[in-house]
Amino acid sequence: MTNLSFDDALTRFEPTLGLEVHVELNTATKVFCACPTSFGSEPNTNVCPVCLGLPGSLPTLNEKAVESIIRIGLALNCQIAPWSRMARKNYFYPDMPKDFQISQYDEPICFDGYLDVLVPDQDGSTTVRIGIERVHLEEDTGKLTHAGGSTGRIHGADYSLVDYNRAGIPLVEIVTKVIDGTKHAAPLVAKAYVSALRDLVRNLGVSDVRMEEGSLRCDANLSLKPIGSETLGTRTETKNVNSLRSVERAVRSEMVRQAAVLDSGQKVRQETRHFQESDGSTSPGRSKEQAEEYRYFPEPDLLPIAPDAAWVAKLKSELPEAPAAKRERLQAAWGISDFEMISVINSGGIDLVEKTIAAGCDQAAARKWWMGELSRIANELDQELESLSISPKQVAEVESLIQSGTLNDKLARVVIAAVINGEGSPAEIVANQNLAVVSDDTALLAAIDVAITQSPDVVAKIKEGKLQAAGAVIGAVMKATKGQADAAKVRQLLFERLGVSE
Amino acid sequence: MTDLTKLTAVEIATGIKSGDFSAVAVTKAHLDRISRIDSKINAFLHVDTEGALSQAKLVDEKRDAGKALGDLAGVPVAVKDIFTQKGVPTTAGSKILEGWIPPYDSTVVSRMKQADMVLLGKVNMDEFAMGSSTENSGYGPTRNPWDLDRIPGGSSGGSSAAVAGFMSSLAVGTDTGGSIRQPAAVTGTVGVKPTYGGVSRYGMIALASSLDQAGPFARTVLDAALLHKVMGGHDHHDSTSISAPVPPIVEAAKSLDLKGMKIGVVKELSGEGYQAGVLSLFQDSVAILKDLGAQIVEVSCPSFEYALAAYYLIQPSECSSNLARFDGMRYGMRVAEGNAGVEEVMSATRAAGFGAEVKRRIMIGTYALSSGYYDAYYGSAQKVRTLIAQDYAKAFQKADVLISPTSPVTAFKIGEKTNDPMAMYLNDICTIPVNLAGIGGMSLPIGLDPADSLPVGLQVMSPVMQDDRMYRVGGALEAALLNHWGAPLLDRAQQL
Amino acid sequence: MSNLSRAELENLAKLARINLTDEELTIFGSQLGLILDSVAKVQEVVNDSIVPMSHALPMTNVFRPDVVGQSLSNSEALAAAPSTQDHRFKVPRILDEE
Ligand SMILES: [Zn+2]
Repeated sequence: MTNLSFDDALTRFEPTLGLEVHVELNTATKVFCACPTSFGSEPNTNVCPVCLGLPGSLPTLNEKAVESIIRIGLALNCQIAPWSRMARKNYFYPDMPKDFQISQYDEPICFDGYLDVLVPDQDGSTTVRIGIERVHLEEDTGKLTHAGGSTGRIHGADYSLVDYNRAGIPLVEIVTKVIDGTKHAAPLVAKAYVSALRDLVRNLGVSDVRMEEGSLRCDANLSLKPIGSETLGTRTETKNVNSLRSVERAVRSEMVRQAAVLDSGQKVRQETRHFQESDGSTSPGRSKEQAEEYRYFPEPDLLPIAPDAAWVAKLKSELPEAPAAKRERLQAAWGISDFEMISVINSGGIDLVEKTIAAGCDQAAARKWWMGELSRIANELDQELESLSISPKQVAEVESLIQSGTLNDKLARVVIAAVINGEGSPAEIVANQNLAVVSDDTALLAAIDVAITQSPDVVAKIKEGKLQAAGAVIGAVMKATKGQADAAKVRQLLFERLGVSE
Repeated sequence: MTDLTKLTAVEIATGIKSGDFSAVAVTKAHLDRISRIDSKINAFLHVDTEGALSQAKLVDEKRDAGKALGDLAGVPVAVKDIFTQKGVPTTAGSKILEGWIPPYDSTVVSRMKQADMVLLGKVNMDEFAMGSSTENSGYGPTRNPWDLDRIPGGSSGGSSAAVAGFMSSLAVGTDTGGSIRQPAAVTGTVGVKPTYGGVSRYGMIALASSLDQAGPFARTVLDAALLHKVMGGHDHHDSTSISAPVPPIVEAAKSLDLKGMKIGVVKELSGEGYQAGVLSLFQDSVAILKDLGAQIVEVSCPSFEYALAAYYLIQPSECSSNLARFDGMRYGMRVAEGNAGVEEVMSATRAAGFGAEVKRRIMIGTYALSSGYYDAYYGSAQKVRTLIAQDYAKAFQKADVLISPTSPVTAFKIGEKTNDPMAMYLNDICTIPVNLAGIGGMSLPIGLDPADSLPVGLQVMSPVMQDDRMYRVGGALEAALLNHWGAPLLDRAQQL
Repeated sequence: MSNLSRAELENLAKLARINLTDEELTIFGSQLGLILDSVAKVQEVVNDSIVPMSHALPMTNVFRPDVVGQSLSNSEALAAAPSTQDHRFKVPRILDEE
């Protein structure tokens, strides 16, 4: 099989996308029982007869979960079904205590909506409308740990261990309609959609939407068809796509892979594929050529959900400002270009920047810190921006320390690293670690005098007017003061000392 | 000295309150009888001697301290082994759950405890309540106290036999298609299936969730009403539980007044396949009801013809899903360890743990829910349910309650129908429509079939949430029959 | 009378996770065929205008407030487990992937 480049692939095929996103709601209790949903508890302690599926137990539906999914549906411009039912999806798997999942089948609570997303392109950005097929409620499964064997993965494991703390956490599944005509932008569209959806859900306050903790998970369906063809190609479903960057990479690599398969005259196998974080490829999983036999039927233990119009209207009136509207408002307020705005959105830091500005920081500085140094650290730690242990207020504090001359840029970076490292607030760190810019001219002048005596040749050159030679002396002073001096200040004092002017 | 096991629940409770005898004495009398005769009957799967005696002691202490006691304080009750009871083995009659000790109480159990009742232990049943004879238990069949070669009905056969055999004053059972009423009919006891949602299903191991309902067994209609009242009422653990209070069933059972009441005889529930003695005793009762001042009307429910078919689709379908959890992963039996994969361990465990009837119904349900067959089978069955509910709605416009025989036949011989599932299913022909529509149904004894000297039951059906109506009819008919017989029917059973 | 084919039965048994012996497959083949023929009667009376009844009572919107209640302890949760390790349920290796 020959490998095609991404661009080659697009000369012959066009992609069709479909995205399924699972969002864990942040309700206090599970969807069908009163167990807490807290993350990181001891294994099998957030469990009860209901979520362990013990004989005789019965589910009871969490009102907050229903309210949350309706709010998500409304924010996605969906219809809210006046009458819908939960359904059992029957299949055996040890992470599922009842050997069926309570989900929804042909009667989802929300259906037929859309989300407009901004996709970056050469000219700035384009708005793409992603259709929403359905939004439904279901329960999460327990967590399996594969043990024995050498890899810690499912294959080759000798046995598995199950923790049911996660079983029964409310999940909202959001399924797009077929996304067609995106061509080469497909990977970016996928990423922009997941990013926009994440912002929307977070904005509603119904989920923590932390991809790295699994509270937002994405499955990407992709097929290719020859350009101009009416019939859809065979699709694959790539699972485990658990960061924004991975969404883009997964779609891209699956496009390239399928193109190569089709190009060599073979058929794409209908299957689930697993995304490999390490190299951005996808690897084959279970074949889905045989239709699943889930034997769905209406859940007899739970009654139909029939939200009355007044309730829905009330929830709608209480929705917060939509991210798209917010985006426009903030872009205007900050007075920045489309391109700059997109980089803020794509970083996932729009709220952080807004809060930092609200805490008194200048908008350009706020963007600079979050898009620059903090994004770099997040990347390094393989974390999302919002999970860094530094608050917008602390970033604003760092910036105000710069403005007051207490810190310079370099020291500010040290302080930020220390805050993230849990060493205290910016002010505490400055005080405890003696990091303030040296502003006492006496000490600085003493250091300059030492440097002058140590470099008579350089000093001579400066006095001759070769000011660019000053760098060596300034460097020596900076070194002697461990970087706490302000380089501009050193330069100014040095020239004063030597009686030259710039 | 009075034989404390022969008393009604009302007599026991009154005697304990007035200090005629202690709750401990009552409990001991029943425990003694169990240890004396249950080897012949096999009603009890687990006798909780310690728990029962300590509860009885608490009741006596409460009484001595002058504290208020519940209506059924100190009254012994046998619990169908389908209800979880914390710390007490619960098997649902299945080997797959052998040795399982639940960590929680079912709502029915906790309400009986709260009402100061004495829980004697867990009684036998068809495995996961699938059957009409208790022959499908993983722990051997239960025998009918009237004739030890015959079945006590099912699936709540342990409950009916415990009450008919005077081993317990009361019992609780569950009824998915007749599993309380049919055993009551064939043992000469009173059994009630309340309106669906009238008694919480929480902690009751599910067979078919949309049909299952817990209810009382007793030797009198009033005793049944008292137990029903203790068990019933809203429970927030069960979403399908009715929020309205339990109707005035105790008052209704005591009313004895049928004047002006319209009683409908269901045309379709008679005729071919019904034992002659069953039909003639039923007609005798109709005459008595008329004498008591009721107006008798005939009603027709044409869709009942399809009830059995609908039931044997809905029940297996829901059960195939409800029983999936018995997979050897978290509790109960696990076989084929070693190097086997999880799918093989699940399949081998379920093969070893489930009996033939359970396997048969899981297979039918799995088939009926499969995508290619759903509409033809499960979907159509749910539509038949609608038709049956409509038939009832029309009939209840003509009559306040409906009546029919409870079972077309009296108790049959153990082993007689085990190899013919279809013949076995016909036992439930009169009781199944009630579950499909979710209404209330009661069976009470109306005499012995002269041909085999075995008890015959009459079924009273009342509209949703109007359970008091069937108690009113049952109470009045019972009083008239007792007057006619001179002594309770159960006095004519053999001495054990 | 229509018997279920052996292949159909084997597929059902696999879906239901029940190993059936040869003898059971033979007996169930004819019994299930008989039962399914008989229950197919439901198709005679139904039509598209009849609303299927999934619940016995026409109630809707029964919800529970989002308030944390009592959970089991780890030892209670694991008490009945056939096998445990590290406070978790120990289950046999998983060969097929979901
Ligand atoms: Zn729970």
